[in-house]
Amino acid sequence: MQMYDVVIIGAGVTGCAIARELSRYRLRTAVLEQHGDVSMGTTKANSAIVHAGYDAKPGTVKAQMNIAGNPMFDQLSKELDFPFKRIGSLILCFDEASMPELEKLLERGRQNGVPGLEIIDRKRLLEMEPHIGDKAVAALYAPTGGIVCPYEMTIALAENAAVNGVEFFLGQEVQAIAKTDAGFVVETQDSRYETKLLINAAGVFADDIHNMLSADKLSIRPRSGQYILMDKVVGNLVSHTLFQLPNEMGKGILVTPTVDGNLLMGPTAVDIDDKLDLATRREQYESILKAAALSVDSIPTRQAITAFTGLRAHSTTDDFIIGYAKDVPGLLDVAGIESPGLTSAPAIGVYVAKLVGERLPLEANPAFIPTREGIKKFRDMTREEQDDAIRANPRYGKIICRCETISEAEIVEAIHRPLGARDLDGVKRRTRSGMGRCQGGFCSPQVAAILSRELDIPLTDITKAGGNSRILVGRNKEI
Amino acid sequence: MKSMKQIDIVIIGGGPAGMAAAVGAKEAGCDNILILERDTMLGGILNQCIHNGFGLHMFKEELTGPEYAQRYMDQVEALAIPYKLNTMVLDISPDKVVTAVNPEDGLMQIQAKAVILAMGCRERPRGAINIEGTRCAGIYTAGTAQKYVNMNGYMPGKEVVVLGSGDIGLIMARRMTLEGAKVKAVVELMPYSGGLKRNIAQCLDDYDIPLHYSHTVTNIKGRERVESVTIAKVDASLRPIPGTEQEIPCDTLLLSVGLLPENELSQSAGVELSPITGGPVVNESLETELDGVFACGNVLHVHDLVDYVSEESYAAGQNAAAYATGRQFTGDRIPLRPRDGVRYTVPSAINPDNIDKFAIVRFRVDNIYRDRDLAVYFGENRVMKKRKQILAPGEMETLRIPKSWFEENTGCDAITIRLEA
Repeated sequence: MQMYDVVIIGAGVTGCAIARELSRYRLRTAVLEQHGDVSMGTTKANSAIVHAGYDAKPGTVKAQMNIAGNPMFDQLSKELDFPFKRIGSLILCFDEASMPELEKLLERGRQNGVPGLEIIDRKRLLEMEPHIGDKAVAALYAPTGGIVCPYEMTIALAENAAVNGVEFFLGQEVQAIAKTDAGFVVETQDSRYETKLLINAAGVFADDIHNMLSADKLSIRPRSGQYILMDKVVGNLVSHTLFQLPNEMGKGILVTPTVDGNLLMGPTAVDIDDKLDLATRREQYESILKAAALSVDSIPTRQAITAFTGLRAHSTTDDFIIGYAKDVPGLLDVAGIESPGLTSAPAIGVYVAKLVGERLPLEANPAFIPTREGIKKFRDMTREEQDDAIRANPRYGKIICRCETISEAEIVEAIHRPLGARDLDGVKRRTRSGMGRCQGGFCSPQVAAILSRELDIPLTDITKAGGNSRILVGRNKEI
Repeated sequence: MKSMKQIDIVIIGGGPAGMAAAVGAKEAGCDNILILERDTMLGGILNQCIHNGFGLHMFKEELTGPEYAQRYMDQVEALAIPYKLNTMVLDISPDKVVTAVNPEDGLMQIQAKAVILAMGCRERPRGAINIEGTRCAGIYTAGTAQKYVNMNGYMPGKEVVVLGSGDIGLIMARRMTLEGAKVKAVVELMPYSGGLKRNIAQCLDDYDIPLHYSHTVTNIKGRERVESVTIAKVDASLRPIPGTEQEIPCDTLLLSVGLLPENELSQSAGVELSPITGGPVVNESLETELDGVFACGNVLHVHDLVDYVSEESYAAGQNAAAYATGRQFTGDRIPLRPRDGVRYTVPSAINPDNIDKFAIVRFRVDNIYRDRDLAVYFGENRVMKKRKQILAPGEMETLRIPKSWFEENTGCDAITIRLEA
């Protein structure tokens, strides 16, 4: 068994940001992920917001990481070629009586060092957002708020880390961890990994990982959040992220455009026990619509194309837990990473690399490549570029996903990239094929056929999202 | 990119609507036609409809979907009408420049004199109806399942519940049964089926598949693949009634919960859509509010019989051919007003100068009606009253309005079509 310097458990945005940061150094690093793809937990289903940083309590790790993470997105999104837009956030206040709370938020934001904050009146609000709800009297404007695609960002981080030498082991569920003199031996269902340092970035499972080794128990309670996604035809209903005044369960229901031009509303916030429960619920759906109707004057309910649920990794300490476990030398917890975790991820990566440097020598990796090029998107090309692309590769001329205009060339590339797609959802997250208004009705049989051809596996082995999620059960008359 | 091609009539879509429109245009004397089809062959969704029951009106015989499509493919070939396959239209501009791509030609831009929209429709997905539960594998629209089974030869599941009793749902309940699956239930939200009566008899009754009216699926369980669905009875406002839930173990849920005309391209051109049909607003000549842009088939309004798609589309083709040689369909139009049980009409207005012997008006009712009079008024003047034993939302109705009625009612400002007791 070879010895790793660092093993990271969890390939969400946090684990992948750490992996990419560590790939700057001469370290032997591995990432273990229980799912068959990166970005499969909290990372794939959240609000996709780069928060300005007015919300976190001053002095918390959350505030520190949020403020450090937010400004890193401009450069990072360019280096790694993932979509990010700094569209600004508005926190809406619906009655004069709540104005002091808005003022408090402004003050807290200033204390945290958030630039450009100001309170604007309804008149200015209407100029910025013509569809704003009737009851909105004022708003806190945070120009540094932004939107990002969390799974594209995570895939970008992971691909770049992989190119720079980090080894990813997908579909590896950690079952046991033993502390040894040299470090740890991590056991998955079919392998063992020996490492000097162990980084716990396991999202909602971070307490389970931590508690395998430590007597100082950690508790992560999944906080379920449901969302509704609307068609692109209503994506321009709002042009900023519209928040409502936050409450103790989170930042309330937001309405925001996504980087891909859809309209997103949510999340609800319900503490649950089952860490795998991603079911959507009707009453939550209705509560989202009801709350969103405060923010915008008419909710285009008929344009809903899907609903989904994500789990926030809520720590009972109500703050990020980042640091070495007191009683387990070499176990570095990165736990309780709920909102603003996505915003914080780049800063967490840098901070954790520093912590690793306390135990291991950090020598620069001379072969480190900081940039990564994403899949060239046919839909974003000019007409001339489209024509040139088809001449260079005729598969650009075969449109597979009609709703999102995704070509066969993009799908084939998504399969053959580092950490390439292995199932329908993997192709979807990398290309958007199946994410449009028909939700894969037309393209999924074709994508399944392309996966089967490119991976040289039978069509009946193609899954929706790995494991036992097969889309076909057998030949006609032979089931 | 090559220089812009000039084509008299560009037809978007080579399914039943596009092919019939092409034949209509060609037979009206237009030679410069191009059909753009995104699939690998002409025929559209008919190719996966391998059951029979097509063509009873048009050909007076019972054909399968592929056989019906073949009749029109043969005509397209015999008339030497040009078409391009594997070709996706990316955009139609308001001045009728059609931008399309395919692997061989790269990006094409075509200046059309007339455009015929014949893109068909798509199925409403799960997200559009908001079913609770997990987002696991095993949930398909009926049409997607039909493609897997009939085109690829693979089964998407073994134990099936179908939500929605639209025609595709009914047809797929039978197909899945014939291919070896067990269809445990068909669940219909409304107290009546949205499908053809004959399909309920031939697809469900003949195979002892239970049909639950006024029921819906309230939950989907299963981590990776569907493990069960819960169904429940609904009240008059279509809300599930607590306590009536029933969990059905299964590995597959097929959705047949409605079809939506696929008009994103039409919208890019600036074509006005009807909020009721989801298709373009058209006049008696099947011309949209945009001069020279015509629409026919399921992109215009969802049909239940392909025979009527062909008939409608042939007419659209003929009109487009006339437009391409200089005829205008402008002028004063009399609006059609659907009232009292009539949900919509296609067209929405008629210019009597543009009709030859009669205008064809197609419509649907909004509920099940028994023993009602179908009445047509020109202004205040009732010109027709016809007793109907039964009218159902699942069956499209056709009305022929003779030119003589217009001549006898000059100066009328609206035509009302309604149901009377």
